[in-house]
Amino acid sequence: MPVEILLELKRKRIIGEKIKMNEKAEKITRKIFFSAVTFVIGLMLISGCSRHEDSTGSEQRFITIKGSDTMVHLASSWAETFMTQNPDIEISVTGGGSGTGIAALLNGTTDICAASRKIKNKELELALQKNIHPHEIAVAKDGIAVVVHPDNPVKELTLEHLSKIFTDKSFRWSDVGGANEEILVLSRESSSGTYVFFQEMVLKKQDFMQNAKLMPATSAIIQSVSTDKLAIGYVGLGYALAAKDKVKIIAVKADDNSPAVMPSDQTVKTGQYPIARPLFMYLNGEPQGTVKKFTDFCLSAAGQAVVTDTGYVTIR
Amino acid sequence: MKAAWKEKAIRLILFATASTSILIVIGIFVFVGKEAGQFAIKPGLKELLGSRWMPVSFQKESFGLLPLITGSLLVTALATLITIPFGIGAAVYISELARPTEREILKPFIEVLASIPSVVIGFFGLVVLVPLIKSSFGLSTGLTALAGAVLLALMAIPTVVSISEDAIRSVPVSYKAASLALGASKMETIWKVTVPAALPGIVAAIMLGIGRVIGETMAVMMVTGNAAVITASPFDSVRTMTATIAAEMGEVAFGSTHYRALFCVGIVLLLATFGLNIIAQKFLKKYRMG
Repeated sequence: MPVEILLELKRKRIIGEKIKMNEKAEKITRKIFFSAVTFVIGLMLISGCSRHEDSTGSEQRFITIKGSDTMVHLASSWAETFMTQNPDIEISVTGGGSGTGIAALLNGTTDICAASRKIKNKELELALQKNIHPHEIAVAKDGIAVVVHPDNPVKELTLEHLSKIFTDKSFRWSDVGGANEEILVLSRESSSGTYVFFQEMVLKKQDFMQNAKLMPATSAIIQSVSTDKLAIGYVGLGYALAAKDKVKIIAVKADDNSPAVMPSDQTVKTGQYPIARPLFMYLNGEPQGTVKKFTDFCLSAAGQAVVTDTGYVTIR
Repeated sequence: MKAAWKEKAIRLILFATASTSILIVIGIFVFVGKEAGQFAIKPGLKELLGSRWMPVSFQKESFGLLPLITGSLLVTALATLITIPFGIGAAVYISELARPTEREILKPFIEVLASIPSVVIGFFGLVVLVPLIKSSFGLSTGLTALAGAVLLALMAIPTVVSISEDAIRSVPVSYKAASLALGASKMETIWKVTVPAALPGIVAAIMLGIGRVIGETMAVMMVTGNAAVITASPFDSVRTMTATIAAEMGEVAFGSTHYRALFCVGIVLLLATFGLNIIAQKFLKKYRMG
């Protein structure tokens, strides 16, 4: 029976190979295990060290800012400029979203909350329950631009058109002077401050239609609008201007009789462009000490110059 | 004496590390359940049965989970359909037909696929796959359930291949020998003897693959369009449970109904993956015994 002997031999070889593999696997597992343990211990040490003591009053040397992702870039630019002028003060900036920032303010884990929307009534109630008194400061403005594919013939839309486009499934491009095609509606995620602002300001508090595609990031909206001919989306003014060669920015009319306005620094500041929003900082109570020094800086001429540099619109 | 004490200490430490994961699983169930439980008290679980997910609204907030569950199901089912032929085909080739040098090249490459971060896969999907799907099916956009399913299949295939390959390899050689001796060809032996004998292991591999797929978030979020609609078409946009949690958790007001609804989504997801894993373990046990 030569076949069986052959197979027998083959099996032995396979088994031998398996044992070798097992040894190898064991070695690797051991290595992984030890590096994982070292990593976890390292993490514990780091997190233990970074816990800083909160001191209040004028001697505070460490400020934390947490909140809106839209404002992270702005807030960290402010922090950098401020820290070069005041080398003994340290400011840490983190994002996570306006809601996260407000939650942190309520839990007392941040000094300043950056928010691209107003605090909600529910959040205010929660704050008062926790004996925290949110103090609001408007620090800059942001315009929201409506963008379409460069080949789209539509140049201007009224707020009413926009509202219909984003809420009514049967509304087509031909209803606003374009091709007789369906409109591919792109929106930010419902967690975005921009989403809520657009809903309130443009949709007049109606719900977005359920078919609207919710994109996880502004860059994803720009990417889709630049490739899909029937798409329409909305993004922050800074992003739209940066992507000017990939997408077309729509001029917006407040109503049928008003002139169509292109979004720009000037038109947002003067209020001619209808889709603009203020950006806020929230504190617990009136600003004091170092925090006051920082918020005063943000509103000063030097601070507002940073606003212009980062693509937002000054408040004054 | 000293050595024995030392051994005991090491034993204890190892026991602690081993049981940590059990504690963590229980902890997760308790904490997620706590928040979800409050949802069951306040608006009530009936709210979750609706077909409309509109958590941020000035009119009426709705927390119907149906579109999210069907979204996850559709993407997972499509991904499984793509994974099965590719996964089993590759496993059969690597374990039964490949020459040793081919195996040396194929296996590591398939395993590398498993180690690519899902964000990177998602980015690849958004830039390459989505336009491809759009043009090849003549759609107005490629942000569809199909795009998500293809990416998920890419992530599940390595798991399915390496576990199925293991299962096929552990089929006793005597089975194959008997089949060959009876005059069956190599292909007949593979498909009629070896693969059926390894079937419980292969099923377990597929289950574990699905388990990975259903919990995957980032890649899906980037390419499925995330519109919360109930649909059975692979060319529609869907919103999965994982994408919903990931996208909305960051901004949700702490302690609100929406916040708790997200925990309910988490519980549904947890139970689904938990169930799949238990089924997979059952199959795995069966093939180890057999």
